[in-house]
Amino acid sequence: MNIHEYQAKAILRNFGVPVPEGHVVYNSNAARDWAKRLGEGPWAVKAQIHAGGRGKGGGVKIAKTADEVKQFAREMFGMTLVTHQTGPEGKVVKRVLIETGCNIADEFYVSFLVDRATDKVTLMASAEGGMDIEEVAEKTPEKLFFESIDPTVGLTPFQARKVAFKLGFGIAQVKQAVPLLMNLYKSFVETDCSLLEINPLVLTGEGRLLCLDAKINFDENALFRHIRIRDLRDYDEEDSMEIEASQYDLSYIALDGNIGCMVNGAGLAMATMDIIKHYGGDPANFLDVGGGATIERVTEAFKIILSDEKVEGILVNIFGGIMKCDVIATGVIEAAKQVGVKVPLVVRLEGTNVDLGKKMLAESGLNIVSADGMADAADKIVKAVQG
Amino acid sequence: MSILVNKETKVITQGITGATGLFHAQGARDYGTQMVGGVTPGKGGTSIDGFPVFDTVEDAVKETGASASVIYVPPIGAADAILEAVDAGIELAICITEGVPVLDMVKVKKYLEGKNCRLIGPNCPGVITPEECKIGIMPGYIHKKGPVGVVSRSGTLTYEAVWQLTTRGIGQSTCVGIGGDPVNGTSHLDVLKMFEADPDTEAVIMIGEIGGDAEEQAAEFVRDHMTKPVAAFIAGATAPEGKRMGHAGAIISGGKGDAASKKAFLAECGVSVADSPAEMAEALLRIWGKS
Repeated sequence: MNIHEYQAKAILRNFGVPVPEGHVVYNSNAARDWAKRLGEGPWAVKAQIHAGGRGKGGGVKIAKTADEVKQFAREMFGMTLVTHQTGPEGKVVKRVLIETGCNIADEFYVSFLVDRATDKVTLMASAEGGMDIEEVAEKTPEKLFFESIDPTVGLTPFQARKVAFKLGFGIAQVKQAVPLLMNLYKSFVETDCSLLEINPLVLTGEGRLLCLDAKINFDENALFRHIRIRDLRDYDEEDSMEIEASQYDLSYIALDGNIGCMVNGAGLAMATMDIIKHYGGDPANFLDVGGGATIERVTEAFKIILSDEKVEGILVNIFGGIMKCDVIATGVIEAAKQVGVKVPLVVRLEGTNVDLGKKMLAESGLNIVSADGMADAADKIVKAVQG
Repeated sequence: MSILVNKETKVITQGITGATGLFHAQGARDYGTQMVGGVTPGKGGTSIDGFPVFDTVEDAVKETGASASVIYVPPIGAADAILEAVDAGIELAICITEGVPVLDMVKVKKYLEGKNCRLIGPNCPGVITPEECKIGIMPGYIHKKGPVGVVSRSGTLTYEAVWQLTTRGIGQSTCVGIGGDPVNGTSHLDVLKMFEADPDTEAVIMIGEIGGDAEEQAAEFVRDHMTKPVAAFIAGATAPEGKRMGHAGAIISGGKGDAASKKAFLAECGVSVADSPAEMAEALLRIWGKS
């Protein structure tokens, strides 16, 4: 789960991490009022969307007067911000962060993430702050520093010192950097982050370290123990169909093609998309109905797939496993009747009672095509859609 | 022969009084697995459907002599259940639970260092040695005893591969579902090493997914050390960048861990790569010289 920059900074502030003073606003008058309350200018006016690269798209501006803050905010509200992370459709700005500006002497990069190679949380840092870190990793990997963190002792002061010295800090900054890094680690662990990124961490003209930007992703599996973080979810930033699907425990992701898919299991669902492509078609979605394909869940899955106007055919691929195929067939038939499926529907069933399941589909009176195996299923739906 | 489990393996179920735990304990017993009891704190001394129930894993091990445990405990207590199994001397812990917080698993992995316990999962279908021992949620009847080892991150896609083998009359030595989470107990590489050492495994199907580099590490082992033929399929060629596809592990970013580069590297290492998920068995037969 992603949150906005201003929400991430509020969390970090609570853990004692230095961040600029600021406030989120929802209209341009409030932007001017908050600028005045924050004190002297200049101020940073920052569009809040769940994507990086906002500066290049006009989503970050520096204002010298309170009226300028209002003007910039007014321009941002409602604008569709397109960055390299939003996709071509962009994202509409509904919240703007007003912050006290600062005098930047130098910029650095710091992040924490779970490293799959070591099964540990890793601190990653670079003196190349403010840049796209993937570019740094590719072009100048020697400028990236890593510290792997033992979960039993956490990030230790000596590790934080090592990183601070490698970043080229003098002793005055090292003394600030050690608690800053340790508090970042503490916020990472105590809120169950999957990624915490500070880019840039700045050294101000006054010699102070400050987290000028902050990006946090949380581990969805751990949200059960963080009720207040769960409430930070901004549904405007997420696909409405994906939210609808998650309410029925369906895992759904919209894609650009025209063949809707309903599959049990994430791996088989990905493989089903792959085989549709292999046969020259284009999947309209990823949809995992999970282990128990009940009538209710199959019905909801059909509704969600069909709400996508691009869908011209549906492929159902269920490997019964524990579930019996006649039960799944009943679910598909009931759901198809209730929803009124008007596009070609190819169903591939495998597992216990597969013959009975196929017989039921054939005798349902519905226009359902049965398939033997994944290849046959993909071939049939691609041909049906292409006419 | 086989790897990890066989007909001698005695298994307890952690979370046996939950609906899922009991259902699959019964299924495993019906298959012929030695399911010797279960653990649910507070229900020690009772029994459920003929399974003796214990308060702690320590008690269960002492009374039953179990060396393996299968865990159906909900995410909030799953990591603790694994630690309890390790502490009680369980040699093989299989965690089926889906949705375990990743930082819990980071601690579990650290705790496992130097301990005599192999963890499979979490978020996995389990392990089966056909006609001997089934531990987990996979349907038993699709399997058949034979010479092919199967290792995979995903559940239903493993069934797909197994079914392709079985319908062609080819059996399996052991099928291992290692789970789809980013931090898990056992990797593709670990399982390949076991298959290479197992005299009764003659060939291997490895099923991977986009994200990370676990499949690449396994492929290097195939290239450098493996004498047995290996076929593979990588799921997720059509997955868009940056999206999580059900499995937390299955996510790609910035062109790393995408299906095309994984497939190319596997092929370079001498692995027979299936272009489509319908051709996993064929890809193996192609390299195994039996087609």
